Amino acid sequence: MNRALNVVVVGNGMVGARLYEETLRRDPTSRRVRMTVLGAEPVGGYNRVLLPGLLSGSLTEADLTPEPPGEGSPATGTTVTGIDRDARTVSTADGRQLPYDRLVLATGASTVIPPLPGLREDTDEGSGVLARGVTALRTLADARRLRRLADRARAVGARIAVLGGGVLGLEAARALVARGVAVTVVHPAPHVMDRQLDAPAGRVLGRALRRTGIEQRLGVMAVRWEPARGLHLDDGSVLPAAGLLLCTGARAETGLAQDCGLETGPAGIAVDDTLTTSDPDIHALGDCADAEPGLVQPGWEQAAVLADRLTGEDPYARYLGSPRVTRLKAAGIELACLGDPFVADDGFAGHAPAGGGSGGQGPAAGDFPDDGGPEVLRLEDPTRERYAKLVLHGDRVTGAILLGVPDAAAGLVQLYDKGAPAPSDRLALMLGRALPPETASETGESLPDHAMVCRCNSVTKGALRSAWYDGARSARELADATRATTGCGGCRGAVEKIAAWLAETDPLSSRDTPATTAPR
Amino acid sequence: MPEATGAAVRAATATGTATHCPYCALQCAMTLTPEAAAESGPARLSVTPREFPTNRGGLCQKGWTSAQLLDSPERLTTPLVRDTKGAPLREASWDEALDLVAGRFRVLREERGADSVAVFGSGGLTNEKAYALGKFARVALGTSQIDYNGRFCMSSAAAAGNKAFGLDRGLPFPVTDLDDSEAVVLVGANPAETMPPLMGHFDPARLIVVDPRRTATAQAALDGGGLHLQPAPGTDLALALGLLHVALVEGHLDTLHRVAYRAERTVGWEDVRQCAARWWPERTERLTGVAAADLRRAAAALARARRAHILTGRGAEQHSKGVDTVSAWIDLALALGLPGTPGSGYGCLTGQGNGQGGREHGQKADQLPGYRHIEDPAAREHIAGIWGVAPESLPAAGRSAWELLDALGTPEGPAALLVMGSNPAVSAPRVRRAVERLRALDLLVVADFLRSETAELADVVLPVTMWAEESGTMTNLEGRVLRRRAAQAPPPGVRTDLEVLHGLAVRLGRSAHEFPADPAPVFDELRRASAGGTADYAGAAPELLDAGEAVYWPVRDTTGGSVREATGGPERDATGGGAEALGSPRLFLDRFAHPDGRARFLPVEHREAAELPDAEHPLYATTGRQLQHYQSGAQTRRVPELLAAAPGPYVEVHPDTARRAGLADGDTARIVSRRGAVLARTRCVPSLRPDTVFLPFHFPGGGAANALTNPALDPVSRMPEFKLSAVRLERADGGGVMSPEEAV
Repeated sequence: MNRALNVVVVGNGMVGARLYEETLRRDPTSRRVRMTVLGAEPVGGYNRVLLPGLLSGSLTEADLTPEPPGEGSPATGTTVTGIDRDARTVSTADGRQLPYDRLVLATGASTVIPPLPGLREDTDEGSGVLARGVTALRTLADARRLRRLADRARAVGARIAVLGGGVLGLEAARALVARGVAVTVVHPAPHVMDRQLDAPAGRVLGRALRRTGIEQRLGVMAVRWEPARGLHLDDGSVLPAAGLLLCTGARAETGLAQDCGLETGPAGIAVDDTLTTSDPDIHALGDCADAEPGLVQPGWEQAAVLADRLTGEDPYARYLGSPRVTRLKAAGIELACLGDPFVADDGFAGHAPAGGGSGGQGPAAGDFPDDGGPEVLRLEDPTRERYAKLVLHGDRVTGAILLGVPDAAAGLVQLYDKGAPAPSDRLALMLGRALPPETASETGESLPDHAMVCRCNSVTKGALRSAWYDGARSARELADATRATTGCGGCRGAVEKIAAWLAETDPLSSRDTPATTAPR
Repeated sequence: MPEATGAAVRAATATGTATHCPYCALQCAMTLTPEAAAESGPARLSVTPREFPTNRGGLCQKGWTSAQLLDSPERLTTPLVRDTKGAPLREASWDEALDLVAGRFRVLREERGADSVAVFGSGGLTNEKAYALGKFARVALGTSQIDYNGRFCMSSAAAAGNKAFGLDRGLPFPVTDLDDSEAVVLVGANPAETMPPLMGHFDPARLIVVDPRRTATAQAALDGGGLHLQPAPGTDLALALGLLHVALVEGHLDTLHRVAYRAERTVGWEDVRQCAARWWPERTERLTGVAAADLRRAAAALARARRAHILTGRGAEQHSKGVDTVSAWIDLALALGLPGTPGSGYGCLTGQGNGQGGREHGQKADQLPGYRHIEDPAAREHIAGIWGVAPESLPAAGRSAWELLDALGTPEGPAALLVMGSNPAVSAPRVRRAVERLRALDLLVVADFLRSETAELADVVLPVTMWAEESGTMTNLEGRVLRRRAAQAPPPGVRTDLEVLHGLAVRLGRSAHEFPADPAPVFDELRRASAGGTADYAGAAPELLDAGEAVYWPVRDTTGGSVREATGGPERDATGGGAEALGSPRLFLDRFAHPDGRARFLPVEHREAAELPDAEHPLYATTGRQLQHYQSGAQTRRVPELLAAAPGPYVEVHPDTARRAGLADGDTARIVSRRGAVLARTRCVPSLRPDTVFLPFHFPGGGAANALTNPALDPVSRMPEFKLSAVRLERADGGGVMSPEEAV
């Protein structure tokens, strides 16, 4: 190779910055790839996942915008205005033409602003700027604006309305509450996170949210924002609020791609499993591409694949999709959703007709897990704000909702990410520590003879019993005879209890006769 | 100490010899007393535990039974020589054996250069032996090719400690400080099996055990109300960053003490803060499998403790990213202001008996005595002056342990090897390759007291003394220098390692006084050589050690001669790092050992292990220890009581994983990695992660867990990746018969 590949990346969000890092890690001297990252925001590569932390005040802007590793930081504050595919150049707002060998679009997504009256400023140029008191939560500038709104609301004891009870809306609401602001989430469906949760899970989550101080108005639509009053709802009521946060979904940013004639679909720029667009010299990844947008993890995995290909580290790398895992980042609420947790009859699995998903053969009585239908386990525990649902096909978990069982969720996600078979103890898989341990520690009669009492000196209960019948008639004498308790000393209590139990049950001990005839 | 108590102790020990256990770095104090002789045969020593700050009168089963090997019929009492490769070992006189070894070393050096002869030492050797072995290599052989098995133990923690603090001493505080700790994080350490009496210093309710397995230590924590974090193998580094993230965002780092500590005593916090910012709890959870809620609990427990400790063990260290992993945990400790704060700290639990001293006195490939670097001109000049040689005659840094073993008998590598106190034929990674290399040598010389698996491969075996037959010094896990005392004479025909080195050096043309056979002058020279170095023993006068004073290095010689009057007798051993301790019981209280006195935060990032599970090898295998065995098991497998309790290789498997492989509890399983296969008895353990199997590494041959392990090395410490390899599990059909390649 005589010359480094000249790669221009448009977009310095989480995925663009990640691509830069992944490339540099594979090619630290930029011998194979010379990469230029162009970002419109004045600060680069900020970590959007942590915006709620910025809101709650636990993180600073510096924490969200780490210095990229290595030399030559990406260009920030540079807006790309057009792509000339024939000349293979991009033009920038400041009038430059930058050539590329390969172009990568990582332009992300932007917030969908619903067509409600009052959301935009009425200006001469038409609508564009959000009205006073309204903000989205996508960029660092949005986060700053929301923080100002929140602080003003808190100062006057007013409330922030969050429109949209999806993941971002709930995480933002949780962060606002942590900042001491009163919050109401307005959501059109009968329960929050209805894309991920079934109705009972949504009900339990709603309860948990209320406990943390998040009010909810469910099953209602917003109709109008009135800055001085609040949010008008379609049931005729008005939710008094000093600010409105729009968490109403995102749309892939495909303007540049469409302008230069790349193929796009409803979900974003069309790419194949090599993350290549309809132009072989142009790639797209992250939220702007139509490969699984919305979450950070897939974007990062795509960045690794593309870095493999661009640097030649693995020219055959493919992006074959990421396991679908949604993990609510809200302190005090542990919720993980994976795969597809919905089953045809979301009723009682034990009597569910088989073949609801695939197959279509009739149910074979007594042959439940093998008949092609899903195996479903479900536990609903609103009082302790727990809900667990597991959907399996054969030995594979295909969907789950786990709320309030954090260790089980963590273990299940690992299993799911690897595509590993589920353990046969489904209940333990689903509930983890919430299941009581199988055995309480025993020291008396019910303890079997082979049970290890003193690990440090390999002394079993049986050995202690033998020593007792050989004449050791106290914990101290048992220790001398067997060395139990003489290591770390952790079993002292257990040996004392066993000595007491032996004294109580040994018919000889009451007569104070050494058991010289004890069986050996 | 009240007079009466002291007198009582003296009376109790009057008939015995106060020494320390031969095995691990806790160096439990014990008294060896001759038992009334039986009808015939020699008196046997009996072991009684002794009150001491570390073990407090406790011993594990290994310590209690340690004297049983002294009169074992398997003791070697005469040199053995193999006349040609393939011939059996035959008995020989000392003169014949030493003449043969020295003659062959001399010829090789003349024909193929000094580096054609290599030396492999041990963290089990006394300070005197470790020092003499390093000197022997550099001066008598002139070879750069010396390293030791401590490379496989403490090297990652040592490197990380040096980077962060400018100095590496396993525990920079006395063990007794742990008694008052309100939170102790044990990362990849299982002291309930590896150094049981240490457990007496922990309150289980305040333990946070980090281990992929529910070890005996993790179970003790859970039973006592503490925490067990169970990360996927190879993810400890990310876990540390995740805990740091939580501590950061939950405001735990904003206390006045911590803010001032970072500002005044450290550099580099901003870079590390940004590393941690990227490991939010849910991301950490997905990689490690540790629930975000548990991260928050653990971070809060650690951060709210007024006195807290973070301790790492081999589980964190034996990875190709071992140094960075330890650095991440040190970063967490520094962010919380623990190191160098009274009552708190970071430490590494050193493993081998003299794993601490063994890494200070020059048996490491890149090291000279006093923990000096061999490529530092000032260090070379100082040591050359002590040794009476020209600085330029000292060789440069040589190969690290695995690289050395891997090169043996190759055209570029050494043709001869002297092994002292080690059994690499069981303990090396990718052990079948190591055995093949040992076999390819022109000459393998092994000094040992039993026919270890490495001795079985040797051309010359030199029978040496055991711990109860020799004197010297050991440095325990807290950097305290201890006296090892001889309790009885060695069997006839047996020599000490120092006598062996003396005999070889003289035959190689060195003068006798350069390599004394008596440990006392060697220790004197070691003290002078270490003076001014990092690990300075100059003030560790023998009278102080004889008197049982608590002496911690660095201990400068501040006298000319005014050492505190010895009070006589080992009863003073019972004082720990109290007001009367000498030297440096607690390091870093005023400054760290870097020139500017500040500790270094080190920015680190998670990276994958060198080998990950795939379709062909879908499981993680990790290795570790059993309570009854020490290291390669060469000693403990020969103690009947220990062997009865822990008789052979086994593999811990989750019951479902076993079932899928067609295995039931007790069946013989075959475990296969890219480097070899092992047969072991299946032990179903429901608390194990279904994706992970565990094997103890104490067994040889077809059950040698190290046949599986990956010699991928850490770029800094050269530590192999013992703790993680990808394997598959299958039935050992054909009745468990091993292929010849397996039955080494």
